[in-house]
Amino acid sequence: MIAHIRDTPLPQAGKAVGIQTIGMTMRFGSFTALDNVSIDVPAGTFHALLGENGAGKSTLVKCIMGFYHQTSGSLSVDGREVAVQSPRDAATYGLGMVYQQFTLVPSLTGAENLVINRTHVPAVINWAKERKDLAAFMERMPFKIALDRPVRELAAGEKQKLEIVKQLYLGRSFLILDEPTSVLTPAEADEMLGLVRGMTERGELTVLMISHKFHEVTKFTDAVTVLRRGKMAGGGLVKDLTTKDMAAMMIGDVKLAELDTRLPVPADAKPILVVSDIRAPDRTGLKMIDIGSLTVHAGEIVGIAGISGNGQKELAEVLAGQRPADAGSITVKGSLYGATRQETRINNVRFIPEEPLNNACAPKMTVTENLAFRTFDVKREGGDALWLDMKSMRKRAASLILDFKVKTASQSSPIASLSGGNVQRAVLARELTGDVDLLIVSNPCFGLDFSAVAEIRARIMKARNAGTAVLLLSEDLDELLEMSDRIMVMSDGKLVYETPALSADISVIGAHMAGHH
Amino acid sequence: MTIELNTPALPPLSVQSGSLRPILEWIARRAEPVVISLGAIFAGLALFSIFIAVVGKSPIDLFKLMYTGGFGSWFSIQNSLSRAAPLLLTALCVALPARLGLVIIGGEGAVVLGGVAAAAVALPLTATVSPIVLLTVMAVAGMITGGIWIGMAGLLRHCRGVNETIASLLMAYIAIALMNHFIEGPLRDPASLNKPSTAPLPADYMLGNIPGMDVNWGLVIGMVACIVSWILIEATSIGFAARIAGGNVRAAQIQGLPVGRLIVGFTALAGSFAGLAGMIEVAAVQGSANASLAAGYGYTGILVAFLARHNPLAIIPVAVLLGGIDASGGLIQRRMGLPDATVLVLQGTLFVVILLCETLYGRFRIFNPDLWKMPAVKGRTA
Repeated sequence: MIAHIRDTPLPQAGKAVGIQTIGMTMRFGSFTALDNVSIDVPAGTFHALLGENGAGKSTLVKCIMGFYHQTSGSLSVDGREVAVQSPRDAATYGLGMVYQQFTLVPSLTGAENLVINRTHVPAVINWAKERKDLAAFMERMPFKIALDRPVRELAAGEKQKLEIVKQLYLGRSFLILDEPTSVLTPAEADEMLGLVRGMTERGELTVLMISHKFHEVTKFTDAVTVLRRGKMAGGGLVKDLTTKDMAAMMIGDVKLAELDTRLPVPADAKPILVVSDIRAPDRTGLKMIDIGSLTVHAGEIVGIAGISGNGQKELAEVLAGQRPADAGSITVKGSLYGATRQETRINNVRFIPEEPLNNACAPKMTVTENLAFRTFDVKREGGDALWLDMKSMRKRAASLILDFKVKTASQSSPIASLSGGNVQRAVLARELTGDVDLLIVSNPCFGLDFSAVAEIRARIMKARNAGTAVLLLSEDLDELLEMSDRIMVMSDGKLVYETPALSADISVIGAHMAGHH
Repeated sequence: MTIELNTPALPPLSVQSGSLRPILEWIARRAEPVVISLGAIFAGLALFSIFIAVVGKSPIDLFKLMYTGGFGSWFSIQNSLSRAAPLLLTALCVALPARLGLVIIGGEGAVVLGGVAAAAVALPLTATVSPIVLLTVMAVAGMITGGIWIGMAGLLRHCRGVNETIASLLMAYIAIALMNHFIEGPLRDPASLNKPSTAPLPADYMLGNIPGMDVNWGLVIGMVACIVSWILIEATSIGFAARIAGGNVRAAQIQGLPVGRLIVGFTALAGSFAGLAGMIEVAAVQGSANASLAAGYGYTGILVAFLARHNPLAIIPVAVLLGGIDASGGLIQRRMGLPDATVLVLQGTLFVVILLCETLYGRFRIFNPDLWKMPAVKGRTA
């Protein structure tokens, strides 16, 4: 440990600080979220923090940043023990954090965003002087960003860089990056992480990065700490570890579900979903999504790639009947489809939207009730049911819970009390039971842990092999490459590129995602 | 193309011999709204006591009087029940849309228009049909009018995205203006001098009292409406669909549920109950439509519905309680020299406290069996 103790709590700009946690423990009531975790991030290193959902990663960084006050344990900055009571305290020690979601004001320019975030902003801002100072500051930055443009005009990668620049401008020299590449194309992610890596190598910055992506960890970081169920599960220098070692530390000795072998798509597979010339306004109402032609055959998975916000969400909403289309037609198995309950039932269409708790469940209703959404209004022998059959509802739910390994305290718990993975399992149980001819899935694995992800992918692949046509919209390219038969790229509301998944070139897909076509 | 659901033999899920836990769980999950609502009422009464003490009166005397005035004698109980009757129906006007996630607060409009419509159809028919036919026609007219009125708020919400709370509230003012127009203009009985009214119903055409009580049939009609509404919501697939839409409209859409039809249907049904309250007010109490229809039943109904947490069955006791508070108003005024509005202060205090107590849900471990430290029942999770 370098015993560099500063005289003043404010760090000099451009000089990395290191941190250490000793025996960090955080309890919420009887639940221990973080159990005696000690990590050491020396100044000028790039450190990765790995772990599944709920492993305690965000609890740890929230303790470091002063959002939480740890039950026991301590934090040292540059070898000196410090008491961080609030994020403001953390800032005085030079600790900063970049969140997954952007925190910039979209209507303001980059320069304005930087200046207004300072602790002391003068009542009247002398912009001429500020711009000169900013230009001098940007000289020292490896990132080149146009600071005179409104933030909303910047691409996601540029916004992410601006978030980092903001932290550096505010004098932070230890940064926590929370899954910084989740909204970036592969090329943008590589560039951004490369620049950050450069800064750590020059000793200007220390970085602790929360990540899910092994290839980023192995390519850019020096050392890694793995958490599992709130405890230190392992760690070390990245050069001494393989991806397999890290995965083993993350999940322990859990056996992951394996994907079934992909059966070939028969040459005469019938088209199940045919979308032609759909036009619909997007969320902002300013842009249109415009899908010329999209066909999904029985027994194939068509993946839609794209950076978040390029119209995938709107396409899924149009297909699910949540957003009216201005023009065009959707046919399922040859007949026009308007997403009514009747049509959905006759054609065996199922949806698994992203963030299932917010999009596919009624959070306060019980697990039993949520599992009955698809069947509550049909009699067991067919026909519309007016009266609810609570007994068979409970029985059916019990068997689905067992079959899909949904972990819940009880059947009558509100579904919101389940963990993310179990909500997703419950939704899968509801949607993948019975005949399924068309399955429309959005980001099914977003924010889920390894074993849940593996299981969900296995279920989807099983459905595909059984002859279901699957449309998979995902922001995770690795997932698309693993699952899809064909990949299409969506950019700016249009489908701009199509490739068979087997011969797909990730850099070509990335270029199309970024709008170069 | 079937994905097999292999169903292994199920372990017993609900019945655990020798274990009280399932029963305790059942009680705990249902106790939360009861305990919190009662707590809210007591907290509201405590706050109100401070108010009474500040104006120099004894809260204890006041509560004694409230009890005497509301429930102390057979006379006062009947008085309370009479006042509760219209609240049952106007509370349903709030509670039913609330199950769909809509906040309708303009039931007053449906009450007055329902009353006017009932009086209007009664005029030409009196003396040509029997009382039972006339009352039925009046009830249908009141319900249709009220249903259209509140259904419009639902339609605006569904088709144009107009906020149903504001729309229904503002429409209540329009409704009251329309009522004034009709009872002072086209429908006015020339004999009504000081208080413009429609022509009074002959005494033998009025909706009478429940045998043995000095309470009109409106109480029974209101209770039946509450029970029917409860069955609709809890036991039918229509009610289940509405609960899904109310719980998460996006989930309802993705299931292909007819959200628009549910919204319009439930608001129309809600409005028809409020319209029925107006009809009963005309047919059983006033004998004609006049400005007394706008007595605030629609607004007190909001309080009742929220206190009952939009559960139609719970509306019955809550309406009786508020009817009792209302009934004691006169006594408080006479005996304690407090203004009549004192009861309104109490209602307002209760309403604010109830809204504040909404934030307490889910905060008490005892009501959440999932957090109990007892060992979980085995076999529930795989």
